[in-house]
Amino acid sequence: MSVAGHEPPPFFKRGPAPVARLVFFVTLSIVLLVSDVRLKAMEHVRLALTTAIWPLQQVAYSPINVGETVASYFTRLSTILSDNRELQKRQLSDASRLVRQSYLEDENKRLRALLDMRDRQPVEGQIAEILYSARDPFSRRVIIDKGSQQGIESGQAVVDGVGVIGQVVRVFPLTAEVALLTDNEQSIPVKVARNGLRAVLAGAGPGAMELHFLASNAEIEAGDTLVTSGLDGIFLPGLPVATVSKIDRDSSFAFARILCTPLGGVEKHGLVLVLSSRAEQPERPPELDKAKTKSQSPSRVRASRKP
Amino acid sequence: MAGSQPTHSSRRILRPANPAFIVLTLFLAFCMNLIPFGQVPGIPDWVAITLAFWSVHQPLRIGMGAAFIVGVAIDVASGGLLGQHALAYVLLSYGASSLSRRILWFPLAQQTLHVLPMMLATQLVLWLVAAMAGRDNPSIWWLLTSFTSTLLWSPAHFVLLAPQYQPESKDVHRPI
Repeated sequence: MSVAGHEPPPFFKRGPAPVARLVFFVTLSIVLLVSDVRLKAMEHVRLALTTAIWPLQQVAYSPINVGETVASYFTRLSTILSDNRELQKRQLSDASRLVRQSYLEDENKRLRALLDMRDRQPVEGQIAEILYSARDPFSRRVIIDKGSQQGIESGQAVVDGVGVIGQVVRVFPLTAEVALLTDNEQSIPVKVARNGLRAVLAGAGPGAMELHFLASNAEIEAGDTLVTSGLDGIFLPGLPVATVSKIDRDSSFAFARILCTPLGGVEKHGLVLVLSSRAEQPERPPELDKAKTKSQSPSRVRASRKP
Repeated sequence: MAGSQPTHSSRRILRPANPAFIVLTLFLAFCMNLIPFGQVPGIPDWVAITLAFWSVHQPLRIGMGAAFIVGVAIDVASGGLLGQHALAYVLLSYGASSLSRRILWFPLAQQTLHVLPMMLATQLVLWLVAAMAGRDNPSIWWLLTSFTSTLLWSPAHFVLLAPQYQPESKDVHRPI
């Protein structure tokens, strides 16, 4: 307070005090965060802004693109030749199996018709290329070069030549974001290929996944292969996902700690196949829906999350 | 007035900053942040260092409002949580502009020592927000970003103040 009893007039107009502005913008950020994380209300805003930023991103991608082109220019001819030979060999070994598969598929169809079962959906998909991994260091996501213009939808499964690598979580007009299986928000219902034991596989950081909620005396061994169970209505059943790498059976815990390694090249770049969405599933019985609201267990089984 | 000299102890009087140039540098920094290096550690956060620089040198022009807008843009581009970078950058800008009068008394090398904690605090805020939202923990190498960004402080001084170092009118008899 000055002697005169009032503040002198400010020399420079500076608007609201810094602390007031800080409080305002911090509150605004927190509101944004909450509406994004909890209410999932920001997807339209995000889509609009992403479309606006898209040309910039293309420009920013060009140095990487040039680098790749230069690198591939210097790839030696011998490397390409040996790759080619390797692929031809693999093609030959797969050919016999493919010939048998078409025969087996026909047979399976006829047998299913005899037993009056639903037809299995044929696997169809779109080939996409992984452009780059998302810059966000807090999630394990990659960007692929196909988007809603090419008919990609949120929730589709993404596989490579060996197994499942992830799921489409966000679709933009020309690109899509794929959450890798190792993202710790991602989970996928699986079964042990050897004995059909069902469980939920969740991401656990770089190159690792963990099998949740299996009792410590569950019949599972290191080296077991896990395939999708298809219970979620998203992933087709029978796609290879991971192998069990280590089991920690501590009887002081109710559940065993089971670590798995993904089969597909989850952390690698290259071509992937985006599988088309599964055909409409039969309606869930009404009792099940009621039970779902009461207990939390069925929601844990679902692989999908809200995009 | 902040920004009329390169540092407060300098005798040199700079030309006034051009607002269009400030916006242009922030925009270019944003574009450089978009280059998809993926999870390679140690890629500097160009936007953070540019924002901190202008918040220190031109606190009346670049402040929390600009930081918020750029932060939201970065959030959208990186596919992270919306508001995460906005929050971190707003706090960074607040810290930088309130330390502005102190930092500018020091020579460049010692300014850098002020910048490092601010960059680390920005990353800490980012990590805290992600942790609260239940995201993955990044590897420890992710913190390298702060150090590489801080190393850019001295080059930024010469690059971003270059237009202000230009003489007002060229003196043909005594060229500077």
